[in-house]
Amino acid sequence: MKITVNVWRQKNASSKGRLEKYQVDHVSPDMSFLEMLDTLNQQLMAKGEVPIAFDHDCREGICGSCGVVINGLAHGGQLATTTCQLHMRKFKDGDNITVEPWRANAFPVIKDLMVDRGSFDRIIQAGGFISAHTGSAPDANGTPIPKENADLAFEGAQCIGCGACVAACPNASAMLFTSAKVGHLGLLPQGQPERQQRVLKMVAQMDTEGFGGCTNIGECTAACPKEIGLHFISRLNRDLLGATLRGGSTVD
Amino acid sequence: MAAAMTLYRSTIGKKAIMAVTGVILYGFVIVHMIGNLKIFEGPKGFNEYSHFLRVVGEPALPAGTILWLIRIVLTVALILHVSAAIQLTRIDSAGRPVAYKKVKRKQASFASMTLRWGGTAIFFFVIYHLMHFTIGTVHPQFIEGEPYHNVVSGFQLQPLMAGVYLLAVAALGTHLYHGVWSATQTLGLNNRRNDKLFRGLAVLSGIGLFVGFAAIPVVVLLGIIK
Ligand code: HEM
Ligand code: SF4
Ligand code: FES
Repeated sequence: MKITVNVWRQKNASSKGRLEKYQVDHVSPDMSFLEMLDTLNQQLMAKGEVPIAFDHDCREGICGSCGVVINGLAHGGQLATTTCQLHMRKFKDGDNITVEPWRANAFPVIKDLMVDRGSFDRIIQAGGFISAHTGSAPDANGTPIPKENADLAFEGAQCIGCGACVAACPNASAMLFTSAKVGHLGLLPQGQPERQQRVLKMVAQMDTEGFGGCTNIGECTAACPKEIGLHFISRLNRDLLGATLRGGSTVD
Repeated sequence: MAAAMTLYRSTIGKKAIMAVTGVILYGFVIVHMIGNLKIFEGPKGFNEYSHFLRVVGEPALPAGTILWLIRIVLTVALILHVSAAIQLTRIDSAGRPVAYKKVKRKQASFASMTLRWGGTAIFFFVIYHLMHFTIGTVHPQFIEGEPYHNVVSGFQLQPLMAGVYLLAVAALGTHLYHGVWSATQTLGLNNRRNDKLFRGLAVLSGIGLFVGFAAIPVVVLLGIIK
């Protein structure tokens, strides 16, 4: 296949970027989208040009590093798929593909397609953890958990922090990410001691980072490679309103 | 206190204000629409209903007390709703300072993407509407205390204005088509079990309010009500 790509090139955080057009000649339909970019980078390096910077790590859809906006859709728009898992057979010979970085105030571009998602890390640091003893591991089934809660917690825990929800949201809101993180811990007994403080602190951090607000449009869940549902956002709102009414205290 | 401040400062707290005031206004528009449909009972029924609104609560309360209480609650709700909308719109557009060159949407509805436009249209319409049928300043033949006459002559004399009413109630229907469901999300009432129910309620509200409100200018223009 022959593919034309329009890639966002930006030297560093402070420089002005632009879309640059490249022709990639030997694209196999079995390549992943990232392998297509690798091929293009080989081509560029052979010509002595600077390769395109993009984030990636696992290349199997579990780390959340990769992620670019392809033809206007985060991760390319295929259901439940990260950029690394998107294959070139989704495209046609001769296609023209526009590739842009995540766009959000809280995700500044570092270089080309790479953005700084430190804002997500700071939201997690603010409260996305539980306190647990180190040392001997507790008995696996020692704490009974209703099946429904366990399943729902697992659904939330699948979030890989890729940021596609922010990238796809017309408001660049981080509500889906934050709600998945607050939700999965809040559903489990181990998450209860810090539950009230967690939601207050994580939401406060989310707002400090400069994300937009949620208007329940739903582009986030449509873009999410892990299909985190909008009901997590409702759960987050419920938790926050509840924690506020309790003054952040854990006793009624 | 710290918690209340977090809520106030957060976008979620502002949205909660939007949702609560939105639900108050939603309740009002439902009652208002049902009241309007009394026009099909003829001049007597309609005018009596309008009179009832002015004297309800008498003699325990002076005339007009309840009406003014409702007006105050609605005005405060509208002001809070609009100011939170303006604050949130600012925060939301600051969320993405650099736009995409190419954007596609996968599931956003027309209603959800036009809340701000629809809301602005409704706001200006409400002002016009009050000057038209309540105060009467922009009505060519306004008669105080004769609402049946005012409605019928208002639409007959200015058919173009009847068109504006249709557009405005279409905007209202669209606003609530998304807004009613969205409020259940914002207030944390929604979950997987009830989602379809709330979606259904929102769709029904949007369509029902549009049909109910639009019926009146339409029947007047068609000459069914004179
Ligand atoms: C009769 C009048 C109105 C009713 C019944 C109404 C009702 C509602 C409801 C129920 C919501 C959902 C709140 C939520 O998502 O939690 C909403 C959202 C919204 N309304 Fe209204 N509204 C009215 C007038 C207006 C006006 C005059 C504006 C003026 C700008 C406006 C702007 C908005 C906006 C921008 C939102 C979305 C807010 C956000 O999600 O950030 N509305 N409305
Ligand atoms: S919620 Fe989904 S889209 Fe958002 S960061 Fe997590 S995995 Fe990515
Ligand atoms: S590279 Fe790890 S999810 Fe794509």
